[in-house]
This record gives sequence, structure tokens and C-alpha cells, in this order.
Amino acid sequence: MSIPGEWYLVLAAALFIVGALGLLVRRNVLIMFMCIELMLNAANLTFVTFSRMLGDIGGQVIVFFVLVVAAAEVVVGLGIVVAIFRRRASTSADDLNALKG
Amino acid sequence: MPIVASATIPDALTFAISAAAILGGAVGVIASRNAVHAALSLVLTLFGIAVLFIEQDASFLAAVQVIVYAGAIVVLFLFVIMFLGVDRREDVAAEPLRGQRPLALLLVAVALGGVIALGVNAHWATGVHAVAGSTTAGHRPNVAVLGRAVFTTYLYAFEATSALLVIAVVGAVVLAKRPRVDQPARPEPLVVPDGRQPSIDGGEETPVEAAVEAQVGTETPVAEHGGAR
Repeated sequence: MSIPGEWYLVLAAALFIVGALGLLVRRNVLIMFMCIELMLNAANLTFVTFSRMLGDIGGQVIVFFVLVVAAAEVVVGLGIVVAIFRRRASTSADDLNALKG
Repeated sequence: MPIVASATIPDALTFAISAAAILGGAVGVIASRNAVHAALSLVLTLFGIAVLFIEQDASFLAAVQVIVYAGAIVVLFLFVIMFLGVDRREDVAAEPLRGQRPLALLLVAVALGGVIALGVNAHWATGVHAVAGSTTAGHRPNVAVLGRAVFTTYLYAFEATSALLVIAVVGAVVLAKRPRVDQPARPEPLVVPDGRQPSIDGGEETPVEAAVEAQVGTETPVAEHGGAR
């Protein structure tokens, strides 16, 4: 008998919360991206847990697609970071205030 | 449900160590001053998640997790960090918005408590008919079941992800490309032949006029030379 699924869900919630906290607190754009990855992984863990609890392979398929989307998101996001760094020479989100009123 | 009563000791140990690695790595990501250290902490978290995938009989996803996340995405992060040269320490203690951090802590504490309270009070959906097939259909291995689901039930979504990847590659190339350098500046004549001052902003004369003037300026000495002969 393996670990009950509730423990995985609580762990995934804690991981998601840590990622959200980092996204709110940190100002470095690269760290903020890593926090988004943390939250995506928490969601993936939840999907796999429900897949096992309900006996449905669909949860694992969705994790597969989330991995693809995360890879695409990171590629485009880091491209944006590089493009901003060329213009601003900074990776701090506080320096991106061109649209500030 | 108490963890010891329903699980074997190796399972409980695996879960405990993985959970410690996951949460420790996550805290390392958001607390480290150096971006490289944050990326390495992210690897720790991703490995812990992969172990828990194996623990839940999702072995293919565990392999993909290690290959794609720890092998490709984190390396991409490290590449960008070192390419931009932002791998120096930053001041984490500085708080640009006063009162933002206590507010963020309060917010995430409320969110965590709310999620756990919802989970405790919820009625679990059990016995639901599996749309995409069972995880253990016919005692086939995980890869076979997952592959069959991806290439039959979710075929259109799979094709859409291929388009997404192509678009992401094109977008990354366009974004990371250096902006095209302008044409090398023409040496502008100090005084144009009709005595006007050369325009500094360059908005007055069209390129055709500029070309004509440049041509006149080069031909004038030839004409004088011919007249003298």
C-alpha cells in the first residue's frame, strides 16, 4: 500500500504556495520565471496524484502537455529577457517602468 | 489518514525524503541571492518531483521530467544567466515596495489554509468513469497506456503542441535576434552647393535629393577641371 493521495496534494499545495510567494516577493525576472516553473510542477504533481487516485490516464497526458507548454514558455520568456537586457542592461522587474503613468 | 498506518516504511521514507528535497529546493529558489544557486535549487525540486512521479507509477513522465526539465530547461536558465552576466549577488533584503512582503506572506498563508480546508471538507470524486482509459489497462506498461492515449484520444492536442513548439522556436529566434544595424552613415557635405546649411535632423530632404546633391558635389570639381583645360 502506497502513500495516500492526500499527502501528495498537500505537498503540491505547499510547493505551489512557495512558488507564488517567490513570484510576489522577488524582483529578478529570471527568479520569477523559476517560480513559475515551481507552480507548474506543483500542478503537475496534483495531476499525477489524481490520475493515480481515479485510475485515469488523462491526468498523465495533461502533464505531458504541460511539459511541452512549459518548454515553449521558457524559450519565449528567456528570449524576452534577453531582448530587454539588451535595452536596459538589467533583469530587475522594477526597471521595466516605461508604461508607468 | 495517518501516513504510517497505510504505507510501508520504504514508501514513507521515499515520500519524506522527496518532500524535503522538493520544499528545500523551492525555498532555495526563492531565497538565494545568486541566480545560479537558485537554478541549482530548482534542479533539486525537479528531481524530487520526478521521484514522486515514479512512486505514483508514472515512470515515463518521471523520465521526461528529468530529461526536459532538469536537462533542458534548467540548462537554458543557466545559459541565459551566464550569457547575460547576472550571476552576481543581489541585495535580497532591499524591499522596493514597503509592506509588500508581509502582505504577500499573509496572502499565501490564507491561500494555503483555504486550499487545505477545501481539500479536507471536499467530497472526493471516486468511481468516476475514466475517459481516456485506465492507468493499468490490461496490465500494460505505463508508456504503452500513455502513448495510446496521446495518439488516439488526444491526437489533435498533440498536433497542436507541434505547432506551438514551431511558433515558440520562431518567436525565440525573432526575439533574440540583434536589431538590424542601420546603413553606414554617408559622409555628409559640410556646406551643400546652394549655400544651405546641411540639415541635422535629416527630415527635410528626401534620399533622392541627397543623392542628387552628393552627385553634384562630386561632379563640380570635374567640371571646373574641364573648364580650365
